[in-house]
Amino acid sequence: MTAVVVAGLEFAYPDGRVALEGVDLSVEPGERLAILGPNGSGKTTLALHLNGIHEPRSGSVTIGGLSVEEANLREIRRRVGLVFQDSNDQLFMPTVGEDVAFGPANLGLDGDDLERRVADALDAVGGSELAARPSHHLSGGERRRAALATVLAMEPDVLVFDEPSSDLDGAGRRELVATLIPLPMTQIIITHDLPLALELCPRAVIMRGGRVVADGSTRDLLLNRALLEENRLELPFGFRLETSPGS
Amino acid sequence: MLDAAVYFLRTVRNKVYRGPMVLAMHAPDGFLSPGTALATGVISVIIVGLALRQSRSQLKDKAIPLAGIAAAFVFAAQMFNFPVAAGTTGHLIGAALAAILLGPSVGVIVVTIVVVIQALAFADGGLTALGYNVLNMAVIPAYGGYAIFRLARRVLPLSTGGVIGATGIAAWTSVVMSAIGFSIQWLFGATAPVPFDDVFVAMVGVHSLIGIGETVISALAVGSVVASRPDLVYGARDLDRAQLSDTKVRTRPFVVGGLLVAMVFAAVVSQFAVDDPDGLERVAEDVGFAASGSDAAWGDLVFADYATAGIGNETVSLAVAGVVGTFVALAVSSGIFIAVRERRGRDPAPL
Amino acid sequence: MGAGHSHALYVHEHSPLHRMAPEAKIVGALVSVACIALTPREAIWAFAVYATLIVALVVISRVSPGFLLLRLVAVAPFVLFALFIPFIASGEKTEIWGVPVSVDGLWGAWNVLAKALLGASVSIVLTATTEIADILRGTGVLRVPALFTSIAMFMIRYLELIVDELRRMRVAMASRGFEPRWLHQARPIASSAGALFVRSYERGERVHSAMLARGFTGTMPALGQRRARPAEWLSVASIIVLCLIVLVVAMVTT
Repeated sequence: MTAVVVAGLEFAYPDGRVALEGVDLSVEPGERLAILGPNGSGKTTLALHLNGIHEPRSGSVTIGGLSVEEANLREIRRRVGLVFQDSNDQLFMPTVGEDVAFGPANLGLDGDDLERRVADALDAVGGSELAARPSHHLSGGERRRAALATVLAMEPDVLVFDEPSSDLDGAGRRELVATLIPLPMTQIIITHDLPLALELCPRAVIMRGGRVVADGSTRDLLLNRALLEENRLELPFGFRLETSPGS
Repeated sequence: MLDAAVYFLRTVRNKVYRGPMVLAMHAPDGFLSPGTALATGVISVIIVGLALRQSRSQLKDKAIPLAGIAAAFVFAAQMFNFPVAAGTTGHLIGAALAAILLGPSVGVIVVTIVVVIQALAFADGGLTALGYNVLNMAVIPAYGGYAIFRLARRVLPLSTGGVIGATGIAAWTSVVMSAIGFSIQWLFGATAPVPFDDVFVAMVGVHSLIGIGETVISALAVGSVVASRPDLVYGARDLDRAQLSDTKVRTRPFVVGGLLVAMVFAAVVSQFAVDDPDGLERVAEDVGFAASGSDAAWGDLVFADYATAGIGNETVSLAVAGVVGTFVALAVSSGIFIAVRERRGRDPAPL
Repeated sequence: MGAGHSHALYVHEHSPLHRMAPEAKIVGALVSVACIALTPREAIWAFAVYATLIVALVVISRVSPGFLLLRLVAVAPFVLFALFIPFIASGEKTEIWGVPVSVDGLWGAWNVLAKALLGASVSIVLTATTEIADILRGTGVLRVPALFTSIAMFMIRYLELIVDELRRMRVAMASRGFEPRWLHQARPIASSAGALFVRSYERGERVHSAMLARGFTGTMPALGQRRARPAEWLSVASIIVLCLIVLVVAMVTT
């Protein structure tokens, strides 16, 4: 069963601004997909439909066969873990440990089960020592990892990342990649960071104007200079993709 | 010229009342008698409890983090100072602003939390003084200020300019009402022989001036929020697009109003100074505040000896206390009443 | 990140007071300050007892006395006010070094001074030994409505962020030569305050989305925490009893 199916999704904000004009997308379980595109193309808006925070004007989203609608929200939000662009928005409890516990506690866990879930999640991001730290005293990389742990604690099937490398330095990026690669669940990564997309995701889609305009192997897309230019995407200066296969 | 005015005021202040002028510094333990502390505590708990019940339904829609972050904003805004004159600075109370931006019930809750946490977690303000600190810095300026805001909106044009103007009036009045509240509490619970007159004149006088700062900052801040996100201003939610774009604020009424207030205040102060104030005394008798003949014996029981001893003319003072006290109580009750009615009817109109 | 208002009050130590559950400490603080406030001012000995008790608590908590004195500076304006009362108050006069002062004024000044300083000291000991988040949890245990404590929890969490943003705005303005001294120059300050409110509100909406995304249904989940042990309540009770005895004796003998 496909992990994520988006069909004909349309959405407009209350002030009238149309953000999505018919998005079709399907992602297989375990796949890592990059979503690229210029600012304002609707990437974040799309992400917020995947866990039911936004309700579409028309079209549908299905997660592992389950349709995203009011009745299923609880389960949908367990299945889809959204990691926000600003980690501060996601760390709202006094300590990291409590933040990581927030999700599973809402799902009904308590006592030893809860503790174990929290410990496992922090372990997975290499952040076990962060448990007692207050969220506003963390470095950018630590915050990222803590935010990821809060989502992993829900044991989701699909992880969605909104600009995960935006506030990371070089070492932070490397840690991020190292953390994400071993994770088995389906991953959708919204990013401006083209090298990151290339490193992590075999497949990518490009969005513009609320639609998907390209869908294919990440390498092929990045090699297509005209396509990149059309969509206001640019490879970093001095970055050259080897055109020969297998590198 | 403004320098001279500031100097004059400083001299007046120094002669009359040496002490913590800025209410933003919360009162410590022992400042007012235990009876007053208890009474104000009970009043505060009741009113805040009411506000909590009112906000519950409103907050469930927009949720807890918003109120928390709004509280953080008010807290932070209180910490920073804005210039007043010649480099001296003032602090914001922010209660009226909170009520106008978030709605009266949520506004009261938010500012109450700020005051309580300041006492409990930042050792700013006595733990036993919470009753009157909450009353003076949250309940009175938020509910009272909101009532004045609604009143002003009735009179001012239906536009952003009108909202800004009403905010200004409400902000100033809220600060003065705070000072009045404290003075009246002093009348009941003074712990040192400083007469009510002196406290009243000093507190209300100085806060009338401090209030100008609060007015300007609050009005400008609301204007700025309306410009970018009018949907976030509770007090402007009835305006449509066209009305929102009209930002004209006529300043002449404010100048005239300010002069009027100054004249009234001067008249009141002069009554305190004069030994034989026929005019006000007559009014007081007519209204019933002065028990002609017998000295209001109950007054001796209720009012603190310290506050009444040394007053120039007790009748006048108590009359003034009665009038302004009633005004403040009326404003606060109206605020509560309006808040309940708005919640029930979900009525977007300002009237 | 500068040590702002927010965490300048908690002193990180390991002491019995630090370890004590917050709800016990809060009750102890409230009752003892109430006793202090109710004590008749003429019973000077009683205030000496309270002061000794506070010193003992400071020693037990391993907080430095210097820290306490430094924080007490916050009450300085009221100390100043109290010191002037004898000179401006009315009533029977006496003379100190040739200067006429009011007797009642002296008593009034003593009253305010003693109670304000002692009350503030108790508060400072409480805040120095208890982290803010724990204080909030303690109030929750003491039946303060969950809505209240949750809002306060969020306030504490985001306070530093907002203070930092405000500070950054002031720096940005100052770097462009804006150093206002008069009220009419306050427009940019007020507009940036307004902008900050909008940004804060929008952050609040995002946090709400994040909470929804992790299954939030309207009430905060119960994350089990340690409750006060009977031994802790016992030690608090002994302090309270001591204060009550002092209070009653003071009231009876004055």
